[in-house]
This record gives sequence, C-alpha cells and structure tokens, in this order.
Amino acid sequence: MKTNDIILQTVTKFTLFVIILFSIHLFFAGHYYPGGGFIGGLMTSGAIVLLLLAFDIKTVKMILPVDYLKVVAVGLLFAIGTGAGALFFDKPFLTHAYTYAYLPLLGKTSLHTAVLFDTGVFLVVIGVTMTIIQTIGESE
Amino acid sequence: MSLLHLAVLSPLLLAILIPFLHKYFKNIHTGWFLLPLPAVLFAYFLQFISTTSHGGTVMETVAWISSLGINFTLKVDGLGLLFALLITGIGALVVLYSIYYLNPDKEKLNTFYVYLLLFMGAMLGVVLSDNLIVLYTFWELTSFSSFLLIGYWNHRERSRYGAQKSMLITVFGGLSMLGGILMLYIITGTFSISETIQMSNEVVNHPLFTATLILFLLGAFTKSAQFPFHIWLPDAMEAPTPVSAYLHSATMVKAGIYLVARMTPVFAHSGTWVWLVAGVGVLTLFWGSFSAVKQTDLKAILAFSTVSQLGMIMSLLGAGAAALHYGTIEDGYYIVAVTAAVFHLINHATFKGSLFMVTGIIDHETGTRDIRKLGGLMNFMPITFTLAIIGTFSMAGIPPFNGFLSKEMFFTGMLRVAEMDFFNMDTWGILFPIIAWSASVFTFLYSMMYVFKTFTGKYQPEKLEKKPHEAPIGMLISPVILASLVIIFGIFPNVLSHNIISPAMGSILPSLLENGEGFDVHISHWHGPTAELFMTIGVIAFGLLLYKFMPKWAGIYSKLPSRMSFNRFYDRGLELLELTSKNITKSYMTGFIRTYLVYIFSFFILALASTLIFKNAFQLDLSDVAPIRFFEVVLVLIMAVSAITILFAKSRLTSIILLGAVGYTVALFFVLFRAPDLALTQLVIETVSVALFLLAFYHLPQIRRNEERIRFRATNALISIAVGAIVTMIALSAHSNKTFGSISEYYVENTYKKAGGENMVNVILVDFRGFDTMFEIAVLGIAALGIFAMIKLRLTRGRELDENK
Repeated sequence: MKTNDIILQTVTKFTLFVIILFSIHLFFAGHYYPGGGFIGGLMTSGAIVLLLLAFDIKTVKMILPVDYLKVVAVGLLFAIGTGAGALFFDKPFLTHAYTYAYLPLLGKTSLHTAVLFDTGVFLVVIGVTMTIIQTIGESE
Repeated sequence: MSLLHLAVLSPLLLAILIPFLHKYFKNIHTGWFLLPLPAVLFAYFLQFISTTSHGGTVMETVAWISSLGINFTLKVDGLGLLFALLITGIGALVVLYSIYYLNPDKEKLNTFYVYLLLFMGAMLGVVLSDNLIVLYTFWELTSFSSFLLIGYWNHRERSRYGAQKSMLITVFGGLSMLGGILMLYIITGTFSISETIQMSNEVVNHPLFTATLILFLLGAFTKSAQFPFHIWLPDAMEAPTPVSAYLHSATMVKAGIYLVARMTPVFAHSGTWVWLVAGVGVLTLFWGSFSAVKQTDLKAILAFSTVSQLGMIMSLLGAGAAALHYGTIEDGYYIVAVTAAVFHLINHATFKGSLFMVTGIIDHETGTRDIRKLGGLMNFMPITFTLAIIGTFSMAGIPPFNGFLSKEMFFTGMLRVAEMDFFNMDTWGILFPIIAWSASVFTFLYSMMYVFKTFTGKYQPEKLEKKPHEAPIGMLISPVILASLVIIFGIFPNVLSHNIISPAMGSILPSLLENGEGFDVHISHWHGPTAELFMTIGVIAFGLLLYKFMPKWAGIYSKLPSRMSFNRFYDRGLELLELTSKNITKSYMTGFIRTYLVYIFSFFILALASTLIFKNAFQLDLSDVAPIRFFEVVLVLIMAVSAITILFAKSRLTSIILLGAVGYTVALFFVLFRAPDLALTQLVIETVSVALFLLAFYHLPQIRRNEERIRFRATNALISIAVGAIVTMIALSAHSNKTFGSISEYYVENTYKKAGGENMVNVILVDFRGFDTMFEIAVLGIAALGIFAMIKLRLTRGRELDENK
C-alpha cells in the first residue's frame, strides 16, 4: 500500500534546515555553551533520519551520496590528526592551541584546535549513527 | 666446552645428522653410521679409570644460567664412570644387534636411531651431571625418548598404551623429583651435588628433610620400576627388542638406582631412607619374581625379572646405607651390601642384556614369544640355547656365573640387615632375609622356565609362523660378548673390583673414606660353609621341587583376584579420573548464561560482602548530604515505579516503554542536577535505543512470541536483592569515607585561563581529557563496523556452524 506522505514530506523539507542549523549551532557553541561534537552529531543524524522517514532509503542515498563508514574513518583521522599535530611543535600528544583573531564579518573570534578535534567527534557520531540505522534499515 | 662436554653431547649432535645420512645413503643400514659413536665413547670413558681408581675425579664446567646457579657441570667419578661405561658399552652392542634385527626396508630407521641417540645422550647427561637442574633436564629427556621408543610401532594400540603409561608414571616421578630438587635448593642454596653432599648434616636436620627425601625417592622409584610403580615396565615391552634390552634392562631403569646411589651420601644418615629404600626394594624383589612366574610371554618374564632384580639392587643400596650409621670404614660390617649392589648392577646389565637379545632372536626366527607355543628349539638354535643357559643360570644365581657371586653377597647383606640393632630394625629386620630367600626361589623358578620351556620339551612346528633356524652371525655377536662377560666376571670377579667397583663405592659412601683411601673389595667364590651357601642350596633344591610340581600349585595365581592388580588400579584410576573431571566440568559448565551469571554475581556478593563484614568497612556518615528537594522525590518515585513495573509487565512492549520512561527520567535528573550536556545527550541516546529495542521486538520470531510474565525464581530474586543491597552499602560507605577533596577546583579555575573555553564539560572532554574521548569515538566506530559486519556478512544458510566440523 502506498500512502501519500505529502504533508510529512513538505514539513520535513522545512524542518530539516532548522534542525541542521540547530545542530551546527550546538556544535560550534560547544566550547562556551552546552553542546559540542557529540550532541551536534546526533542532531545532524536526527535530521537525516527524519529525511529517511519521510522518503525512502534510495532517495536519501541519492540526495546524500555518502558512505558513512568513510565518514567514521575521516572523523577518527581528524581526532587523531589533531592530537598528533601537537607532536610537530614538540608538545605532548593532544595539546591544543588557541588564539583570538579579528575576522572580517565575524569580528573577534576564537580559533581553537579543539574545534578540529570536536569535528572528528562530530563526524564519527554522524557516521556511526547513520551506519547503524542504514544497515539495519536495509537488512531483510 | 671441554672434550667431556662434547662426549656427552655428541649423541645429540649426531642425532641431527642421522636423518640426512639415512636419506642420502639409502643402501647402507643407518645403524652402521651410529655404531662407531658409542664404541669411541666407551674407549674414551675407559681412560678415566686410571683417574677414578685412585679416588680422583674429573670436573668440567660450562656456564649455562650462572645467575641462577645452574651450570652445565660434568663430573666423572667412580659411580658416574661405571654408568657411563655401561651406557656406551651396551649401547654399542645394542646398536650392532639392532642393525641385524631391524629390517631397513620395513622400518623407519631414521626415527629409530634418532630416538636412540637422544636417549643415549640424555642418559650420559644424567649420570655425569653434577648440577641437579641439569640432571633433571636430562632425566626428563630420557623419559621423553623412552616414550618415543616404546611407541615406535605407533600403529599398534598396545604400543601407544605402553608409551602413554610409562610417560605418565615416569613424568609423575620426574616432577616429584623436581620438587625434591627445589626443596634441596631451599635447604642448601646450591644445585651442585658435590656441594650438597658436603652439607648433608644440615639437610638431615632441616624440617623439610622428610618431604625432600620422599620426593627424591618417588623420582627414583618410578624410573626404576619399583613397587608399586613397576606396572609401566611390562607394558614397555611393546618396544622393539633392542630398545627393551638397552633401555628397560641395562640403562634407563637404572637411572633410579643411580639417583639413589648418588643421593645416598646426602640422605642416608636417617633411618627413613634405609627403611624406605631397603623395604621397597625387597618388596619389589619379591613381587617381581613372584609375578614373573605366571607370565607366558618371554619378554614379560624378562620385564618382571628386571623389576625384581632392580628391587634387589635397591634393597642392597638401602641396606648398605646403614654403614653410614657408624661412619668409619673399620666397622664396615654393612658395606658388603653396597659392594653387592654395584657388582650386581654390572652383572644384571650383562646377563639381562644378553637374555633380551636372545629373546629377540627367538622372536625373529620363530615369529612368536609365547612359551606355550615354543619348545624343543635346542636342536635348531644351539648357540642361542647356550647363550640362554648362561644368562638364565647367572640370573638364577648358579655357580660359576657372576649372578651366583652377587646373590651370595646379597644374602650376606640381607642377613646383616636382620642383625641391625638401630633404626628399629631389630623388630622387623628379620623379614628381610626371609623375603629375599623366597624371592630367590621364584627367581630360580622363572629362570628355569625361561630356558627349559623354550629350548627343551616337545617341538611344535604347527604353532610357529616360520621354520626355526639359527640366527645370522651378526645378531649373535652382541649376546655372545655379553655372555662371555657373564662368564669372565663369574670366574674372575676381581678384575672389576679395584678399577670399577671400589671407586663406585667411594662415590656412594664418601664419608667413610679418609683422603686417598679406597675400599678394599675382594670377591671370592668360596667363603666356607656359611649360612649364605646353605641358603643358595636351599634355593636350588626348593626351586627344582617347585618346578617339578608346577601344575599342582600354579592354581594359586588364578586365585588372586584380578581386582587387586596394580594395572587394574592404574586403568580404573585413569578412567575414574577422566570420568570425574568430565562430570565435575559438566556439573558446573551448564552452557546456560543464566548459570554463569549466577556464579559471577554470587562471587561478587561473597567477595564484597565478606570484605565489608570482616574488614568492618561499612560506615554511614550523613553529615554532608544535600537537602532532599520535592522534585527529586517525585522523580525517584517515577523511576522506581517504572523500574519495578518492568519486572511484572506481561508484554515486552510495556517493558520497553517503561525502560524509556526510566531513561527520560534520568535525563530530567540531569536537568535537575544542572548537567545540560548530559541531559541533551541522554535524551537523544535514550530515543535511539528505545527505537532499537522496538526494532528488536518487532523482529522476534512468531513461534515463541507468546507473551508471559518473568517467571519468579527464588535464587534470582535473592541474588538480585543482594547485589542491590551490596552496591547501595558500598556507595553509602564510599560517600561516608571521603578522604580527599575533589580536583574539580582546578578545572573551574583553568577552563578559561588555560583552555580558552567556558563550557567546562566540553573542555574536559576535548582538552583536559581528550585522550578518553578519542578512544570513545574509536569504540563507537568499532560498534558501527561490528553491526555492519554482522548484518552484511551473514553466513549463507546451510553452511555448518559447528566448530567441531
């Protein structure tokens, strides 16, 4: 039986961006306010799950042609790479560096290598969640 | 590395080459490559006689594990040299014999000779090592190579059985001996035998003395097939006959004798040693000769005879140790037993070696070893018959062969045991000569059976597989040499006394000698009409009578219940051991995870509860608890109600939703206790996991889907309540025992100053303790990969999943 999900799909199209923006906010705000890579990643995957619910797996795969296992690998590389980077400056593993800079448009901004590490966490969480949901969803 | 070390290790080195020689010289019998080695070694060891006969010793050391006091020290003294000569001399003869005995086309000669060389090297190592650990190493190598040789025809079930049995028993003894060695090390602080002997006084007075002594004797008794460990030797007769001749009559079984002789100066000052060694020896002597009479297989007769003769040597060593009680050579009334032991050791090696070879010839030429099938072979095999006569008459103790002399001395030794007035010997000591005498009667009996039932009587060609004829000359050389030695030592016993026997005695009883002194050994045929002579006459007369009326009394053997035999005990014991361990394992390894969880939790409860109780660790200090707020009470109530309802829920769906309720309440708790990051994460994660639970629920198989409540089990209830109680108690105690302040002050101060952030939780996660986070995301990655692999890489249906196939 094929039902008409027009309302769900339309609402999804709007809500999706709100959720994604919220997740990005959570991710970037992490160092100063509640949030961070973990919850940001979960939110992003929540958005994709909503997409999956509204459409089907094939369509989502077409919209987002991503191999999520590779996302996990890239995330881990980010995390380990950030840690290893400190070694080049003769510092212990995972020593972070930060500075404040004045950027056009953004004004005074803090630049922190911890964000790179958190990006790793963010990507791994998205990759893991999506891998699990997609694999289970596809299985017979 | 001295020449002596090279000599001891040379058999092991040659063993490496044997397979290559076997492969590249196909048409030459591999044994010929071997033959020169023992012969050369024999000649090499003969040189040492000039040193040892004056009481000198040769000692060579190569460092091995010096930090632990383990050095490859070799020492040639009288006792070691005697054994080394036996090993190499008889080794050469056995190799020569085996060349004619083993058919190069049918047998795997390369393995045979490798094993034999391993054994020879190991045995030389045992008798020449001065370091106990090195001795033990070689000792186990002899057990191991003997195992390989007994199981040489490994396609036969009996061979494998015999090999396993000998392995189990001798390794049991070997390990006991290792225990003894370590205890001795605790007492003396050295592994060197020479140094240990110097400290024998300390050893005897140490509280560990008796345990050490018994462990050493266990090693010696198992190896030398003493009662009741003798049962492996008859089953070891499944080995090829040259092996039986070499290992199980002349050398390996004498390793235990060697050990007893070697350790005599250390242990023999005590009555325990004298009693145990002499007592077990005399018991073995009797039991061996008694059992030999009922055997029908020639090799079995010889096996039991070996057991019996080893018991005789053992009892002599025990009795001779009594001489140490006096501590001077002048009072050497009991020394004669040691002389007899050493002399009989040599005699036994000569006549038993030749008898085994004779048996091999009979087997080889007729196809059977069963005395019920044999008979009347005298006319076909005159030389073999002569050899058998010499061997058996010597074994029975008939003049003029060497066995007669050692038996006379044996009687002397035993009679003197009866006269001992120390070590409580005056009570039971009289039994020794009586048992010894009756055992000799049986010895006489089976010796006569061996020769006369085989070679005289009716010739039964229909029962034989082959037409009997005299053996090839090559097979006869070795037994002829041994038999000639029997006669030579019989007629001129004193050729040995100064060069071989006296120095060997010097090593067994060193404390009796002053510097440079030697035992004055003189063996004579005729010492007047003594009690011993009448005993020998009695043995012969009584033996002849028993032989004549054998059918009349042989019935007593069938009267003895088979239940009582030690073989049955061993077999049943092994069976029971396997069965019991299997049952024990079965009883607790049920295969149900539920049971294992019960074990784990019970252990958890036991360990923690007993610590709490016995260490008096439970404390309750409520002075610094925060005030309880209204919302907390409400949330706790919600959580408790949902958690308890899960237990009584009929539908699984209800349980899942209740579990979700618990999870969301926890998230609310996080809100209440001001942990926004945790609350966010908990909310999302709880949603995901409830979704996954629902998924699992949806895919439950239809058949077993009948919904029912959790069944009540008292044990489960008890255990879960106990676990809950214990954890609560520990949490309360831990709270009441706060020893140090929290380190969170540091984080509060430095989150912005040092890490440039304001969300402390996140800064801790990615900066202060980023290492943990890194591996947590690795864990997540592994979980994703695992799920992916489990779902995508399912085995195709129908493929066997049984690990045993």
